Amino acid sequence: MTQVVPPILSVTPSRALVDEKFKVLVENLPPGYPVTVRSLHNSEDKHDWEAYGHYVSDHSGVVSVSEDLSYGGTYTGKEPMGLLWSMRPVPGSRPGLRLRKMNVCTPMLVTISVHSGHEGFRDQAPLASVLTERWYMAPGIQRITINEQGVQGTLFIPPGPGPFPGLLDMWGGGGGLLEYRAALLASHGYVSLALDYLRFDQESENLELKYFETAFNIIKDHPQVMSDRVGIFGLSLGSLVAVTLAVYSTIIKPCCIVCISSNHYYPAQGSTVASRFEGVTRQLYKARVNEDNQVIWKDVGLEFITDPSNIAEVGRINCPTLLVNGCDDQNWPTVETAEDVARLMREAGKEHLLSRLAYPDTGHLIEPPFSPHFRATTFVIHSSKEKVLLLWGGKTKPHSDAQEDSWRKILSFLQFHLYCGPCLKAKI
Amino acid sequence: MDRKQYCVKLSVQPSRGLMDEKFIVLIQNALPGSQLTIRALHQCEDGHSWEAFGHYTADTTGTINVSEDPSIGGTYSGVEQMGLLWSFRPIPGSKSGLRMRKKNIQTPMEVTISVYQGHQTEGFADLVPLSGVAVERWYMAPGVRRIPVTEGGLTAALFLPSGPGPFPGLLDLWGGGGQLVEYRAALLASHGFASMAIDYLTAKITMETGKMVDNQYFETAYRVLQQHPQVCGSKIAMIGLSFGTSITLKMAVYSEVIKLSAAVCISGSHVQPVDGSVEEILRFFQKNGEKTRFSEKNEVIWRDLLLPIPTDPSLKVNVGRLQCPLLLVVGEDDQNWPSQESALDIKEMMARAGNSHLLTVLSYPNAGHLIEPPYTPHARSSTLKTVEIEEKVMCLWGGQTVEHSRAQEDAWKKMVVFLRENLYGGRNPTSFSHL
Repeated sequence: MTQVVPPILSVTPSRALVDEKFKVLVENLPPGYPVTVRSLHNSEDKHDWEAYGHYVSDHSGVVSVSEDLSYGGTYTGKEPMGLLWSMRPVPGSRPGLRLRKMNVCTPMLVTISVHSGHEGFRDQAPLASVLTERWYMAPGIQRITINEQGVQGTLFIPPGPGPFPGLLDMWGGGGGLLEYRAALLASHGYVSLALDYLRFDQESENLELKYFETAFNIIKDHPQVMSDRVGIFGLSLGSLVAVTLAVYSTIIKPCCIVCISSNHYYPAQGSTVASRFEGVTRQLYKARVNEDNQVIWKDVGLEFITDPSNIAEVGRINCPTLLVNGCDDQNWPTVETAEDVARLMREAGKEHLLSRLAYPDTGHLIEPPFSPHFRATTFVIHSSKEKVLLLWGGKTKPHSDAQEDSWRKILSFLQFHLYCGPCLKAKI
Repeated sequence: MDRKQYCVKLSVQPSRGLMDEKFIVLIQNALPGSQLTIRALHQCEDGHSWEAFGHYTADTTGTINVSEDPSIGGTYSGVEQMGLLWSFRPIPGSKSGLRMRKKNIQTPMEVTISVYQGHQTEGFADLVPLSGVAVERWYMAPGVRRIPVTEGGLTAALFLPSGPGPFPGLLDLWGGGGQLVEYRAALLASHGFASMAIDYLTAKITMETGKMVDNQYFETAYRVLQQHPQVCGSKIAMIGLSFGTSITLKMAVYSEVIKLSAAVCISGSHVQPVDGSVEEILRFFQKNGEKTRFSEKNEVIWRDLLLPIPTDPSLKVNVGRLQCPLLLVVGEDDQNWPSQESALDIKEMMARAGNSHLLTVLSYPNAGHLIEPPYTPHARSSTLKTVEIEEKVMCLWGGQTVEHSRAQEDAWKKMVVFLRENLYGGRNPTSFSHL
């Protein structure tokens, strides 16, 4: 009849930025006791995501997720952050889901719980559970909607007097306005503009280039931004924009560029990024579809870029450039792109500006650390409104390691070029 | 504009922490060997501003790590990881007698930490910092729920940890200033204890009827806690500070209803008329009012009111009859209560009765009366309005800031371990028999 006192579960810190690690500790268990530690998140679009690891307590009754081995579950081995990066939709969910936070002003809420046993752990109520918050925005960051000079996006400004370096942040062909990476970059001290840019109604390339240049200048001219320290950060189609601006803009000069899942596809002059993208998607009926009905765009992309007249003149890039790619990218030939860029920059004597990271068994969607891995997700093709299941590639564990490693290296690249560039040494 | 200044990068990790969590304040990319001031600024709910600052010198890599490097001046010196919080004091020009206490614990304490060029000591408002970050300090962990309690005429607030429970319970009492003080209970709930903060001097029922609560009030609180479906009714402890200690010891020893698994008594005494109600105990203190002393600054010293420790057993809680573990926390420079003398007497009484194995005394030289959760700024004196006297007085609490702050940190850690051991511990094979 006496009630039982449960084990003590703690997650430290209980509130953290999404790229910060936490320590999950279970205490007060019986010694040598099998438990499952589980994470559960209910997303903004109301899907449940979970991860779990099977553990056995030591003889002081402790399970330390940072120190102990998981014997099975959605991850195995010693994985302090496995409860986040190995998350996937709970059994029974519809296929092709992707987890992306739209409202960055609130944290991602994750419930971490500890359950008795391994097999069938879900059959009983948890022994203990705690809630942890994962934030994209550090305290004190200002979020400002931008709707000026035709440019639409969201600007994030770090706390403090500044001035700060700036970043133009762009996602890929899925379109829309995704703020989370820009918010996270602001949490690291950069005034970041998340740009809504995939307009299929843009009339001409010149006008479109003007759109990006205007966006860049909005950052550059901001009173809290160091005007000669503004870079560009793009993923997939966004990296194509970054390359295009670095090569062809006569108005703006980025201080450095980061291209994740690199793209340098630039056919005949006079076409906008959007129309180029449309052009590519129209050819994709040729794309292979695997047994799981997942569409592989990579080979079609490879065909496009083997024609040298379809490539941006990357030899003209004059700023430090970081290319981050996954070797198992099934969506675009990003590794081949990077090799091509290296060759062309070398021929132009610009190789010293280039850094490349290529991660084995890593796919196209290289997100901030501890984000779940999405091997294939539903994608709506703008022109046809068709919904396909796109294969991005990657194997979960190596892809997650790549996300963690690349983010650290990206931050260090940005810190070096935007916070303490060569001009510092000249002053001393 | 000197561009090299803008390279200075300041970070505080975690940027959102619990009030008792440590943080790491790091400066990078400063000019090697440069002199910098790191300053914390906080504006509390009543509008007063508090500041703390340390003077540092960047090393050869241009780095300053507050947890490893010494401050050579400011409101704290030496290697003090949390000095920017515990050495907070009102900014120059503030009125005297202030004390920092958060009322609304559902929002965080917001602190701005900035770095300035040079070793600055004043006029910060007119200086432009090189960098600044915002830091949040929370009493409530995510998922902790606050439930107001009015049942049985109580004025209380219950804080439940997140999760299914059941959780051990805690009754939390403060001292003579009255009010419903919630922050410690909220923080303890963040550590897994279902904690009920109780107002027993200015409770709604007292304000309405003009009558002090009787002993049943506390037993009602105990019952409400015990019967809560998410509370483990057989594992309830009580924690009291100052006058809260008087209530805690009385209930622990004499109540037929309250059966505590543990008791924590901070800065208090066992001296009281043993059969007394709250009202009678207060009157007993008032009777000795002429023993009040004053410091040179005219601050009120009340520690003598209960001295000398009486030998008459009817004037002391009979701690020899205590059946649960007791943790006493004593500041040896307590100017408000004779907590050190009382602790010694309690020790003797328990040794004579043969139950001293239940007693742990934590005694801190140069710590004062207000032994609060860690990193709470030390108030050596502050204005106080008690329920007994109408006007505000400047009360001397005692303590020297550095030692008092260390005592708070150490006592809290030991208190949480003590509570864990007595409320969560005692694992035996049958405790998991339902699994």
